Amino acid sequence: MTTDDTVLIQPRGRGSYKVHEREQGPRSLATWARRGGLSSLVFALPILFVFGVFSWWPIVSSVVMSLQESNLVDAPTWVGLDNFRAVLTDPLLPTVIRNTAWFAILAMVFGYPIPLVGAVLMSELRRRKGFYSALAYLPVVVPPVVAVLLWKFFYDPRPEGVFNTVLGWVGLGPFAWLNDATWAMPSLVLEATWAAAGGTVIIYLAALISVPAELYDAAEVDGASVWRKVWHVTLPQLRGVLFITLILQIIGTAQVFLEPFLFTNGGPNHATETIMLRIYNLAFTNLGGNFGQATALSLLLAAFLAVMSLVYFRMTRNWSQT
Amino acid sequence: MRFHRTTTLAMAAVLSFGLLAACDSSDPEEPGASGDPTGAATDEAVTIRVAGLLPTADDAAKQQLDERVAAFEEQYPNITVEPEDYQWLNSTFTTALAGGTLPNVFEIPLTDGKTLIQQGQLADIDSYVKALPYGDDFNEKLLENGMDDSGTIFAVPAKSIYAVALHYNRNLFEQAGLDPDDPPTTWDEVRADAKKIHDETGIAGYATMALDASGGWQLAAGANSRGGVIEKNEGGKYIATLTDPAIKAHLQFLQDLKKDGSLLARADLGWGEINAAFGGGELAMYTSGSDVYNALVEGNGVTADWGYGLTAIPTEDGGGALAGGTLAAVTKDSTEAQKDAAVKWIDWWYLSKLQDKDQAIADASTRAGANPPQAVGTPVLPIFSEELYKENLEWIKDYINVPLENMTGYTDVMFEQDLVPEAAVATQDLYNALFPVVQAVITDDNADIDALLSTANEVGQTAIDAAS
Repeated sequence: MTTDDTVLIQPRGRGSYKVHEREQGPRSLATWARRGGLSSLVFALPILFVFGVFSWWPIVSSVVMSLQESNLVDAPTWVGLDNFRAVLTDPLLPTVIRNTAWFAILAMVFGYPIPLVGAVLMSELRRRKGFYSALAYLPVVVPPVVAVLLWKFFYDPRPEGVFNTVLGWVGLGPFAWLNDATWAMPSLVLEATWAAAGGTVIIYLAALISVPAELYDAAEVDGASVWRKVWHVTLPQLRGVLFITLILQIIGTAQVFLEPFLFTNGGPNHATETIMLRIYNLAFTNLGGNFGQATALSLLLAAFLAVMSLVYFRMTRNWSQT
Repeated sequence: MRFHRTTTLAMAAVLSFGLLAACDSSDPEEPGASGDPTGAATDEAVTIRVAGLLPTADDAAKQQLDERVAAFEEQYPNITVEPEDYQWLNSTFTTALAGGTLPNVFEIPLTDGKTLIQQGQLADIDSYVKALPYGDDFNEKLLENGMDDSGTIFAVPAKSIYAVALHYNRNLFEQAGLDPDDPPTTWDEVRADAKKIHDETGIAGYATMALDASGGWQLAAGANSRGGVIEKNEGGKYIATLTDPAIKAHLQFLQDLKKDGSLLARADLGWGEINAAFGGGELAMYTSGSDVYNALVEGNGVTADWGYGLTAIPTEDGGGALAGGTLAAVTKDSTEAQKDAAVKWIDWWYLSKLQDKDQAIADASTRAGANPPQAVGTPVLPIFSEELYKENLEWIKDYINVPLENMTGYTDVMFEQDLVPEAAVATQDLYNALFPVVQAVITDDNADIDALLSTANEVGQTAIDAAS
């Protein structure tokens, strides 16, 4: 919040907390309860309970577990920062960071603009806008595991595979897709983009409705082409939404798990093993599980994303204000 | 709308306590009251969840299991058995173990018994197993895998003991002009036959598992057949030997097949996937446990007249066939009554048919009578003795429906061939270190085998040190 917010709030000032406290002094517990504090608290209890048990307690537990050696069956032993040292010296760490960054970059280059372009094109449609919106959203309602299995079928490396057959018509391929270390990651990004684009398209379409029509009218009067209207009107008006979807995309891609897990299990030869998959493998593919190291790496990832988000918000603070 | 304050409080309280009540879990089941392994626990009404069939099992296999469960519950009216789909996978097993969701009776690879016992993750079933009429007749070497250092039994050999063998599609051999009754006996012959099959039919001549630990397992089997090992014991210290020349030779063999164009170069083939690909006619040869025919019949559409062939894995330079098997174990949180019931089920489902003529015939007739019939008589290595195994085959000879005439390449040598046990320490970790190497070699023509093995060896040694 900025000083502008203060100005807005102050005139309602009967409600300023400090003024209120100065006028009436500290309230007694009974007064607080009588004035609805107790019922508010009791109403809040369910959500506090749910949030505490299912969100904060696991976070606290993982912080504790990152300092322990635990297989979740025997009593854990305290190991200090050993788990952090182990994951930071893990020979696979550079590989999985590189792979995650590669996925994020590919998703940024291909996955980020496509929904925007789609939404802008759809917003220009005069008829059947709803039909095309539903069509764009359809992949989102396909259960992710089903979608991956479907695409696995498409990525059949044999010449008679779906994609190889289609590409064969124009003299391309056959490609090994998921069985080629070079093509495996782009293949995952392609499916991930297909699966997620619909949701983002809907967000952009909703945001586009709020763009004042007179801005386009003015641009048209000035003789602006379609491209200049998009560049000078649409994008600036959407910048707040674009800013949020970008950070959500970065956080989402840094935590990508489903596609590499279901498509390739990190292969071939670790080519698609991401940080999240490494965390999973640390926890669940060693007999007895290495849960301490898995949670240590989880916390490092969370800390990195938190810091990156803060930096991002700071760097784009002015840009994001509409 | 505004509520009176008392009404508001009451509503909030109902919401809160209702939620709390919904989250409340009932008290855990009390352990068996008697604690007496052979006494009162026997008559106590008890329910056990047991590992059942593979998730891919067809209706006939499920019907056969249901019939065996019904017969068991008739024999032991106080026990209710709830079978669950079960397939041991490296990743899902650890998850289920940690999450406490394994069935009371579950299966593990022979080599994982010691580790799980050391970690205190298996129930002590010593007294129940020893109370079985054949409790002292187990092959001692096999039973050791389920015992701790003091000789207490935590798991028993069950299901089957196998040696890795070569499975092949006889029809594809015939289509390629090869004699299916004369399968390859050397790796060079495997390569030559694979190339001929691919050249003549367009279908991959050979494939190997490459996904997860199964990829490492089959690379180890290939290396063992060439006289190599993946781990050795030097003066009590275990050393990873993943740079063994035999491992490199087997990887080179795979790379050569790829260059020939005769390899199904897929990094996503695990144990189940390669069975499905074989059953679907996508490949002509692969190595896996000698008992895999059961799974092929159970879930991959293979029948006696499908054209299945089994022969011994080729060996050279003093190599042998990698042997392995399955242990049946009981979850640690099982009550005494459940442990008692669990061992009775292990006896009923896995073992008594190997010991008792009536049980053997009952099991075989149910399997053979299913529609379509389930495999009866698949060659495996004996859990008890060779004599008893052969006697067992005599008991059920009228029900044997596997094409034994197509399996002579294996059955002729199964008791004479040299067997190589799996690595003793950090076995799955070593397999996990090796499978990325397999993936690299079968997907990249320029894979640097030496560098890959060197990295894998470091990872493997780290795992061994941690496990030791």
